Amino acid sequence: MAGCKPQAESAGSKQKVKIPIDPVTRIEGHLKAEVEVKGGVVVDAHLSGGMYRGFEQILKGRDPRDAVQFVQRICGVCPTAHATASALALDDAFGVELTDNGRIARNLILGANYLQSHILHFYHLAALDYVNGPDTAPFIPRYGNNDVRVPKEINDVAVGQYLEALEMRKICHEMVALLGGRMPHVQGIVVGGSTEIPTREALNAYAVRFHKVKQFILEKYVPIVYLLAGPYGDLLKTGIGHKNLVSWGVFPTDSKGNTLLKPGVYTDGKDYDVDPAMIKEYVKYSWFEDSTTGLNPTEGETKPNVNKKGAYSFIKAPRYNDKPHEGGPLARMWATNPEISKVGQEKLGVTNFRQIGDAAFSILGRHVARAEETALVAMAVEEWLEQAQPGKETFVPAEIPESAEGLGMTEAPRGALLHYIDIKDSVISNYQVTSATIWNANPRDDMGQRGPIEEALIGVPVPDVENPVNVGRLIRAYDP
Amino acid sequence: MKDVQLLPEMQQKKSGVTRRSFLKTVTGTAAGIGIAQMVNPALIQALEKGLKRHPVIWVQGQGCTGCSVTLLNSTSPPIADVLLKVISLQFHPTVMASEGEMGMENLYAIAEEYKGRFSLVVEGAIPTAEDGKYCIVGEAHHKEITMVDLVKEIAPQAGSVLAIGTCAAFGGIPAAEGNVTGATSVTDFLKDNGISTPVVNISGCPPHPDWIVGSIVHLLEKGIPELDEEGRPMIFYGENIHDNCPRLDAYEEGEMSETLSDPKGCRMDIGCKGPDTYADCYKRKWNSGMNWCIDNAVCIGCVSSGFPDGTTPFYEPA
Repeated sequence: MAGCKPQAESAGSKQKVKIPIDPVTRIEGHLKAEVEVKGGVVVDAHLSGGMYRGFEQILKGRDPRDAVQFVQRICGVCPTAHATASALALDDAFGVELTDNGRIARNLILGANYLQSHILHFYHLAALDYVNGPDTAPFIPRYGNNDVRVPKEINDVAVGQYLEALEMRKICHEMVALLGGRMPHVQGIVVGGSTEIPTREALNAYAVRFHKVKQFILEKYVPIVYLLAGPYGDLLKTGIGHKNLVSWGVFPTDSKGNTLLKPGVYTDGKDYDVDPAMIKEYVKYSWFEDSTTGLNPTEGETKPNVNKKGAYSFIKAPRYNDKPHEGGPLARMWATNPEISKVGQEKLGVTNFRQIGDAAFSILGRHVARAEETALVAMAVEEWLEQAQPGKETFVPAEIPESAEGLGMTEAPRGALLHYIDIKDSVISNYQVTSATIWNANPRDDMGQRGPIEEALIGVPVPDVENPVNVGRLIRAYDP
Repeated sequence: MKDVQLLPEMQQKKSGVTRRSFLKTVTGTAAGIGIAQMVNPALIQALEKGLKRHPVIWVQGQGCTGCSVTLLNSTSPPIADVLLKVISLQFHPTVMASEGEMGMENLYAIAEEYKGRFSLVVEGAIPTAEDGKYCIVGEAHHKEITMVDLVKEIAPQAGSVLAIGTCAAFGGIPAAEGNVTGATSVTDFLKDNGISTPVVNISGCPPHPDWIVGSIVHLLEKGIPELDEEGRPMIFYGENIHDNCPRLDAYEEGEMSETLSDPKGCRMDIGCKGPDTYADCYKRKWNSGMNWCIDNAVCIGCVSSGFPDGTTPFYEPA
């Protein structure tokens, strides 16, 4: 069965072929990709975010504390990250300092969902790009020529792990719920900390579940990602993109602002400290009023205009220092540069993440970064479990300020996340979200630079235009 | 039904869902509290004869995918059984292998092939302003398809429509004050377009997985469950949370929580919307019975038709 309907024929020829993929599936949200293929490779790409709800407008005039609940509904896969960013912005605006136990409880909530999100992403969103599911819906229909290269035995192992991973990600949500109330959409993260003081019983229940998940990560998830590097080794060489990265840092390890995964900006081969003033959001090619282009989120405005000529996405184009930057596990691992897993060291012949070099900036490299990060976060969860104090206060009450601003910067599993709140007359007067996928899946900016995924698509091989498998592989590697 | 090739480990059990696991779903005993009167004996018989996979087309409008994620948390039966034995999930943008036009063509083909016999699941609200341009769901035959186009075309062919989540059931956050997108619930949208396919609302932000799976199984075996005035199955949304809250004794003794982290007391003074909310969370609990909103903080009334405008501020008494 033909996959997409290219608007001109003859694969691998010198003729340009335009391939629309709409919807791009196994992602969160509505995304269209349109690539132009010439001579068997992508020569141009447009990514289009197809849905708008208007959270920033809906939040205006509301009780600032309610923001943490509203914004979780931006993304049902990573609500804990939005809750964290919002709570950090509110902590900042309310002038509240967390207790150690409040900080640790938040880490345990967010950490468990990191594990959930990464496992879900690899097995249930991305894996079907590399292995075949059973011959039944929702695993069929699939591309006729889908370039699955693993032998049957490995395919069977992967399918078994797909099912096991369903259980693992569910267990991760049980861990979230033990401290966050329920999941998706936790009650437990609020301005001032976390609502539920952990009991010994709850921490034990969390630990029992965590150890199952950790074992799965170390014994199955991480090794199978490296196993794919055998048959799909060429995918470590494609999808480099702009090679610019942003990470705001996540998982505070003390009250001084140190984090497990480090903040850092990497632009044109150099490292920089994060300066939020360097962020601007451009909208020339987005369905928003041109008058709102080039603004820092702290002065950001969101005015949709669906009929704007030349625009092709509901996603704004954020730029750091006016350049496109990619966020996500790759950016965080690059900034943190930890020692990688033993299996990774053996397979790649390196010890630390940065030594992977350009291969990290590739389709498979981004999966490696995510898997290694999962193992790293799992190790940290173990430490936080030891640090958590049963019965110790996790919440600091604070009054709603009449007038205040707050900035919350953290990392969603899929990338850098910023929330900004402006409070006037004790209600929200402006709220801005620059979310992870906005960094990665954005369209061209006012200067004409492609968004990170658009750029990374350039050069990706599409030998068969009827079955453009690598386009989806590249996009999904970012976990949009 | 199309070829159903199950995995070896899946073939070991004969019926789709075991009686025991279904009992758990319907009664909420996964949470450790059984309520026997809720069990419909016909459903148990249905399970004993085995279920046939039911074609489901799952479309997403203005949502967050949280309703899909909550479904993955189904415990009894586990989600793998739901996907491989109970339903035949022919279209779901977050789960399915296919993408682009292949996926869209399959959607239309299945709707045609199983006309009147498949369920359409809608997750998210339907934005009706600006000709539906606030939500583009795909492309077919070189034409952009909006959520409005898709529901208009597919809903009349469906045997039933399940509006899953508060956005689809009532509009939810996308339809809250300040929205510019004309976000509409499924019921209102079908009414406005003269579509008479029956709708079951499974509200919640997100809904409990048992409410989704239980409603689907009920639909397959017994038809549409008894619904309340707001189109929701009585078996899941028939009871008031406050009246059944394990903390009701504290309320009656005037023991009120003072802060969000106060482990004891009734939460009413710190904003709990349990008194105005109807759902069985109080006995079912969440995430395999780990916890629930009131033991953790407060109920925000996420299953209510008024959510969120009618249930905010969340941390002030109603």
